Amino acid sequence: MLGFIIKRLLWMVPSLFAVSFLAFVLIQLPPGDYVTTYIATLAASNEIVDRTAAAELRARFGLDQPFIVQYLKWISGIVLRGDFGLSFEWQQPVSELIWERMALTLVVTSSTLLMTWAIAFPIGVFTAVRQYSIGDYFFTFLGFLGLAIPSFLLALVLMYVAVVLFGADVGGLFSPEYQTAPWSWGKVLNLIEHLWVPVLILATNGTASLIRIMRANMLDELHRPYVTTARAKGLSEFRLLLKYPVRVAINPFISTIGWLLPNLISGALIVAVVLSLPIAGPLLLQSLMSQDMYLAGAFVLLMCTLTLVGTLLSDILLALVDPRIRFD
Amino acid sequence: MTDAATILSIRDLHTHFPVRGGIVKAVDGVSFDLARGKTVCVVGESGSGKSVTARSILQIVDPPGRVVTGSIVFNRANGTSVDLAALNPRGREIRSVRGAEIAMIFQEPMSSLSPVHTIGNQITEVLRLHLRMGKKEATDRAVDLLRAVEIPNPERAIERYTFEYSGGMRQRAMIAMALACNPQVLIADEPTTALDVTTQAEILDLMKRLQSERGMAVMFITHDMGVVAEIADEVVVMYQGKVVERGPVEQIFHAPQDPYTQMLLGNVLKLERPSAIRAVRAPLPAEEPPLLDVRGLKMHFPIRKGFFKRIVDHVKAVDDVDIVVRAGETLGIVGESGSGKTTLGRCLLRVYEPTAGQILYRRTDGSITDVAALEPDRLRECRREMRMIFQDPFASLNPRMTVGQIIGEPLLVNGLAEGSALHDRVAELLKRVGLNPDWAERYPHAFSGGQRQRIGIARALALSPRLIVADEATSALDVSLRAQMLDLMLQLQDELKLAYVFVSHDISVIRYICDRVAVMYRGKVVETGEAEQVCNDPVHGYTKALLSAVPRPDPRERRIHTRHRYVSDAA
Amino acid sequence: MTAAALPPSAPTPAVSRFASASQWQLVWWSFRKHKLAMLGAIVTLMIYIVAAIPDFFATTDPSQQNARAVYHPPQGLHLFVTEADGRTSFRPHVKQMQLRRDPVTLAPIYQVDPTRTIDLRFFAEGYPYHLFGLIPTRIHLIGSTDPRQQIFFLGSDRLGRDVWSRILKGCQISMSIGLVGVAMSLLIGILLGSISGYYGGRIDFVIQRVIEFILALPTIPIWLALAAALPQNWPALLHYFMITLILSLIGWAQLARVVRGRFLSLRTEDFVTAARLDGASEMRIIFRHMLPSFMSHIVASVTLAIPAMILAETALSFLGLGLQPPVISWGVLLREAQNIRSIVTAPWLFAPGAAVVVAVLALNFLGDGLRDAADPYNK
Repeated sequence: MLGFIIKRLLWMVPSLFAVSFLAFVLIQLPPGDYVTTYIATLAASNEIVDRTAAAELRARFGLDQPFIVQYLKWISGIVLRGDFGLSFEWQQPVSELIWERMALTLVVTSSTLLMTWAIAFPIGVFTAVRQYSIGDYFFTFLGFLGLAIPSFLLALVLMYVAVVLFGADVGGLFSPEYQTAPWSWGKVLNLIEHLWVPVLILATNGTASLIRIMRANMLDELHRPYVTTARAKGLSEFRLLLKYPVRVAINPFISTIGWLLPNLISGALIVAVVLSLPIAGPLLLQSLMSQDMYLAGAFVLLMCTLTLVGTLLSDILLALVDPRIRFD
Repeated sequence: MTDAATILSIRDLHTHFPVRGGIVKAVDGVSFDLARGKTVCVVGESGSGKSVTARSILQIVDPPGRVVTGSIVFNRANGTSVDLAALNPRGREIRSVRGAEIAMIFQEPMSSLSPVHTIGNQITEVLRLHLRMGKKEATDRAVDLLRAVEIPNPERAIERYTFEYSGGMRQRAMIAMALACNPQVLIADEPTTALDVTTQAEILDLMKRLQSERGMAVMFITHDMGVVAEIADEVVVMYQGKVVERGPVEQIFHAPQDPYTQMLLGNVLKLERPSAIRAVRAPLPAEEPPLLDVRGLKMHFPIRKGFFKRIVDHVKAVDDVDIVVRAGETLGIVGESGSGKTTLGRCLLRVYEPTAGQILYRRTDGSITDVAALEPDRLRECRREMRMIFQDPFASLNPRMTVGQIIGEPLLVNGLAEGSALHDRVAELLKRVGLNPDWAERYPHAFSGGQRQRIGIARALALSPRLIVADEATSALDVSLRAQMLDLMLQLQDELKLAYVFVSHDISVIRYICDRVAVMYRGKVVETGEAEQVCNDPVHGYTKALLSAVPRPDPRERRIHTRHRYVSDAA
Repeated sequence: MTAAALPPSAPTPAVSRFASASQWQLVWWSFRKHKLAMLGAIVTLMIYIVAAIPDFFATTDPSQQNARAVYHPPQGLHLFVTEADGRTSFRPHVKQMQLRRDPVTLAPIYQVDPTRTIDLRFFAEGYPYHLFGLIPTRIHLIGSTDPRQQIFFLGSDRLGRDVWSRILKGCQISMSIGLVGVAMSLLIGILLGSISGYYGGRIDFVIQRVIEFILALPTIPIWLALAAALPQNWPALLHYFMITLILSLIGWAQLARVVRGRFLSLRTEDFVTAARLDGASEMRIIFRHMLPSFMSHIVASVTLAIPAMILAETALSFLGLGLQPPVISWGVLLREAQNIRSIVTAPWLFAPGAAVVVAVLALNFLGDGLRDAADPYNK
């Protein structure tokens, strides 16, 4: 088991390296560089920077060096000092802008994850055990619908309904009085009050597919010989259901974190834009629009890292519950 | 007419499966009795309804199947009785019978045990459920049970998972689980079918001992007449959901009344002797140079472990094997699972690349080529003369090609025939293997297992080969088809002067068709000789053990319990 | 139950029809039983017909603006009129609407004018376009008899453009981006998947790790970052292809995994070994024996990948980093609905969203049915 965890942890090293490299490529991708943008910003306020000054600036920021050197500088700044570079749009270090938003992103996605599981698990089991019942058809249809509706559309519809029917605004994660207030118990409670709308919207997609996965897993397991064995032992249907097929079907269910988390982070991005949530998404979008690449790169890097860590956790969790993987 | 000894009395049992557009009557009016301390064998071919009968007793037939009518009266030792068929299949009453008074074991111990619970957990569960034992007490009892079924080191074995056990050990654990609450009836649904003969003999031994210790009634379901003869007191023969004959084992084997029983026994007994076709053949010229001369053949598969997938060891599937095949003869390769016989067969045609050794093949012109060292082009040439028949008649035919395309493929890709010539040749081949030539346009899904195997043979014959490697070619077939298939192969051998390398785990098939036999054990050939001599008077200890573990289809010749046991020197 | 054993005597026609049924026939027979999948297939077919000739179904030039019809509400299609003498006759028409302005806010207010209708005609002449991009014509499925009268089946947007015609035009882009994107992913996926599955070993190991890595990435942030790097001044067509390419850059991983899995399991199948022993060349083994065995699975996977692609394009365009106006796609159209005030004024701006949901549902039903029917032999 320990060997498995160590092996899995070691795998994180090349993955993290690849992710950081990818993020840096994305930073470098737009034409021009930091100084070009800087000059353009200055030009907007009628300041002219001549060529030598630009070259000086480039030398100072190390932009005249080869790609790989720049990358090493950037990544070592992050790893050693937590320095993600400068956001020219905000004229602030990137690290000052991202952490609270990343933390809120984590709160939103992990609550969604828990919610998804809490809904999908019992429904998945139910629809498999009562295959072809009215309930099964109902949830199957709901599942299809949940898969087909993009989360941002759902957010829009919900906002529309809230405005038209209740005259309420369901956007945001905080009431206006808490938006800029420092953290306090009141603010946390306020966050929880607002959290359910985005969580519900975000959970729709994942829940729909998870119900289908759980149902399929269960249907696979329900007719296995070991279930007959358990029945021949004299166990009651409910007990044997929970102890055997559900227990086995739960394993692939756990491994769904692997793709659910990336999907959630993706979905949260758009929903956050629609509902104007103060999480990573809207700021990332804004930074991309204005080509504030160090800020955007930091977000991409952290979001990817988050999903990689999520996959790592799901793998370890899976090994904990499934002896077949643990002993492999 | 129930006497005191009758513990289970089944009368006019009907179990039906509603399907689209009708009802499948899986069990159709079955009646028989089970007596205390006695063994009843229910025998029949696949689809005869024997397994469903067993499940009907405990009302655990898979949905949508259902016991429709009939009675299953269970007489307890204390004088009370209950009709199991009348109980609610999900009710408390039948559940208190299951596992406690009537227990059951199944065919596939691997899939019949939970993959994610320890063996101990699965055994203690029954004890805690029916006997209301505490955790500690149940664990102690489980250890005792594992010891009783001769599992070594039971204190540690109890913590292990199903996949850490070997096949035989899993079935032992399953028996321990079934016996946990001292049931009065044990229903065993083909418990040894998935096991090798030597393991089967051990399990039969164990069951016999436990039965006589506990005085249980055993209902044993099997398709193997040898096993029936070995263990049964009473026999129930089933065919298409009905009991066609029942009676004492002696009567069934020596004075069968029903034509189906007679046919079944006839097929089994036919395979107890060498084939009649071979008896009338002229002996092969003795001192002819061999067609195939295999020297020092090795096939090692690397075992990789650890982070860098380093090779830590090798599985020696074929380990320094020498065999000789003469033109026109049949060489049998016999062994149990894991002996390397299939790997050896596949190495001969270079399906697997052998690690070392020579495969010297004599061409028609007398020149000798080493197949193991051939270039791809020359190898293709050689493979025209050396062909293969596969074990699984379903997997070995491409379901997306017509039978005509399948049989014609070797002719087509070798540029030997096309157009109407190809069509004629395919028709001729179909006729030769006993199929209708008009069926060439059909797809394999329209054929039964036996017919598919004939298609496989036709494909092998298409290139007029001189040697055919047949890998367990009859193992997937019911016993009634097996002899037919073997006769066809012998007939073709006579007509086309073929040599066969016949790989099988089934001694009776080997004895029936082979001229000479090589016995494999753990990758090595331990004994080679004339089929008669090896089968009747083996020299090597392993061969003796293997042969004496095979049950004979004659209740007067019970011998498994006095069989020869072989302990490998290497182990 | 094993496969039905045939009696050796002459078979009945039904048996012989089954006996000589090819893979695709069996798939079709099995698919046909699946009601929802059939429905999905029919709707998908209709959607792709619209995507092929959107202008034929449109009533107004999708990019034509109309300052006097801003936020015009939908006009229902009526097929019959009650004549003066009480008889009912077939005359397709819509009710005309009168535009007034709120005296205070100057917001437009539309009222149905009960006295005036706009008569419609099938195969009416309308704005000129090229059928299939080739044949110049003015014929539309339905249009007003008076070309000066504009009709709005699904209302109009803030510039007075007809939402109905725009959705149909958007259908072309959105559905084709699904197809083209999946085709590109398929190309990469099949190539890498089959290399991985066929050669195995170290190559397989590396490709597998890359696939795992890509699947663990959150797609939208990376798509956004890539799309943001595209120069804004590129021509629309090039931009379209780059966006599609960006989408398939990640979409291939899933397909590659399916292909590899199939390849691996097929490589050791007995019938493939048999073909090798028959002397078939590697090419023939792959194309004649292996490929047909997973074609149906690929078709099913592809069908299920298209909706994902459509949703991705919609999301990207909705955020403003995907396709750019004047190109019309469903995502671009939904940008109009981004503002809560405009959807409160004109809830019909949700209509493109409904189109997305219907298309995705239909493709999912179809794909599910295909997946269930894909292997008619292992039942």
